[in-house]
Amino acid sequence: MLYREAGQYKTNYAADMAIFPLREDRVGIAIIILAAYSLAFLGNSFLLQAVMIPFLVFSLAAIGLNILTGYTGLLSLGTGAFMGVGAYACYKLMTAFPGVNVIVWIFASGFFSAAVGALFGLPSLRIKGFYLAVATLAAQFFLQWCFIRIPWLVNYNVSGALDAPLRTLFGVPVVGATATPQTRYLVVLTIVILLTWIASNLVHGRIGRAWIAIRDMDLAAELMGIRPLQTKLLAFAVSSYYCGVAGALLVFLWYGGAEYDVFNINQSFFILFMVIIGGLGSLIGSFFGAALIFIMPIVLGIVLPAMLSPFGLSVGADVIEHLRFMIVGALIIFFLIVEPHGLARLWQIGKQKLLVWPFPY
Amino acid sequence: MSTAVRTQTPSEPATGEIVLAVNNIEVIYDHVILVLKGVSLNVPRGGIVALLGANGAGKTTTLKAISNLLRAERGEVTKGSIEFAGERVDRLSPNELVRRGCIQVLEGRHCFGHLTIEENLLTGAFTRRDGNAAIKRDLEAIYEYFPRLKQRRGSMAGYTSGGEQQMCAIGRAMMSRPTMILLDEPSMGLAPQIVEEIFEIVRKLNSTEGVSLLLAEQNTNMALKYATYGYILETGRVVMDGPAQMLRKNEDVKEFYLGVSEGDRKSFRNVKSYKRRKRWLA
Repeated sequence: MLYREAGQYKTNYAADMAIFPLREDRVGIAIIILAAYSLAFLGNSFLLQAVMIPFLVFSLAAIGLNILTGYTGLLSLGTGAFMGVGAYACYKLMTAFPGVNVIVWIFASGFFSAAVGALFGLPSLRIKGFYLAVATLAAQFFLQWCFIRIPWLVNYNVSGALDAPLRTLFGVPVVGATATPQTRYLVVLTIVILLTWIASNLVHGRIGRAWIAIRDMDLAAELMGIRPLQTKLLAFAVSSYYCGVAGALLVFLWYGGAEYDVFNINQSFFILFMVIIGGLGSLIGSFFGAALIFIMPIVLGIVLPAMLSPFGLSVGADVIEHLRFMIVGALIIFFLIVEPHGLARLWQIGKQKLLVWPFPY
Repeated sequence: MSTAVRTQTPSEPATGEIVLAVNNIEVIYDHVILVLKGVSLNVPRGGIVALLGANGAGKTTTLKAISNLLRAERGEVTKGSIEFAGERVDRLSPNELVRRGCIQVLEGRHCFGHLTIEENLLTGAFTRRDGNAAIKRDLEAIYEYFPRLKQRRGSMAGYTSGGEQQMCAIGRAMMSRPTMILLDEPSMGLAPQIVEEIFEIVRKLNSTEGVSLLLAEQNTNMALKYATYGYILETGRVVMDGPAQMLRKNEDVKEFYLGVSEGDRKSFRNVKSYKRRKRWLA
């Protein structure tokens, strides 16, 4: 009864094609954004630092990979490396030009990642499917080798690690040891909302249609006049841009410093699983996937001991850890069996059912 | 109009025992999209029954509901029952149905492209347990029916023509020794000559092997020529059924499906035709 299409008339095509055509959707998204901002003032620093900031960072990386794998149908295992390029580029820019605002450099670092991504996307015109995944694996290994072997990237720092120098925004520390989780959360949230909004406009527009056409049937897309190489490279570039910004956020606004092995192949798989479980070809799915893979283990880690203690079972932290792994694994399989197309599809079916409720169809 | 036709003729084919009975099934896709709104039909043993209708009328959905392939496409039979050879089969898996003798030939052929024609035919005998000699015999029998397949037996199915692939798909289904074949749109994308050739072979299979056929077709003219009985579907409902001969003579069928009308051309501006169309759909 609350979610109704009836009575909302559209008088032009633009209104019909809007991303949130229903008033209920617009109200819903406004409430979510408001809640996300108020969380900065209501949540404690553990919630912000250990849950929300990484969740948003991973969501952004998942959106990046989703543009490539979900929308354009190009399988990539180089996500971790592209995130690394963003992080290292941001570090070099921040230290080379300390006077410029750090937010500018976070956005700029994505362009370096985009260029590298487009370069490694070149084989995608000829290679498809799993073979392309193997080709992008080359990016993963080569870039990680660069992070280790080129000391210039870390300004000849003997530890070989990236550290976050103090940087401020309007006089408030944003990057560095003195930046509060609250400030960092607000910055990350704003960047993620902005980039999600841009991504949503991209995938719903002309470019997005070209990507989806390439994914669904590349031959037909070519016959429609879509240039496959340019479209695929653009997907690689945009995807890597998002991953690069996510990488910069990960190091400077979450970890506060990192070494090369943050951007290893495991990170690539981690993001890929988020995209698959969240739903290929769905922006909201990227958030769902990040929530399921990242937040659920944390919640289980808190809930499990609390659930076991009333029965007089005092279990060690290691047992909890093992249980957590097993339950997360089981839940991932469960969700994929219930909905092979990811959580986003579940969400979509739920919305469709709500539209016709209380009737079954 | 449909009720009028039904009163003129017995609503089920008169001859013989019913091998497949579909009773008032309702199909919903994706939990929210209603596709079939109560479809009932009967196929007599040894009969050819045509299921006719425009695109999106629900022909393929009906066939998939019978062969239990809907689950793979997020569909579900929510009401009604399907009986094959006197037993409820709505909850069976597709492979169990093949073991019981009901097999579907999918729309668009779906031959295994990297297997040869002969290997494709042999996959049809997958469920059989009566030994290699019997399978060999049947393979020869299939080649008798489809001489073209014998010529191409060594070629990869992916490299054969559309007509040969359709023959291969039908032959492959025959290799499971079915009592009933659900044939979905065998004429799709084929030259009229080839369509006729295939329909002739299908008729021969029906008369000599005694296999019953439920045939979903767009090509109303062709289907009614070979079928004994026909059902016409329109947006998920059976709007008319009757013996093929009768349907061929029916004025509405002639005008809406066979493209012939009495005398002058009809257009939507023609009020009489428009009214009849509305009554037809109601």
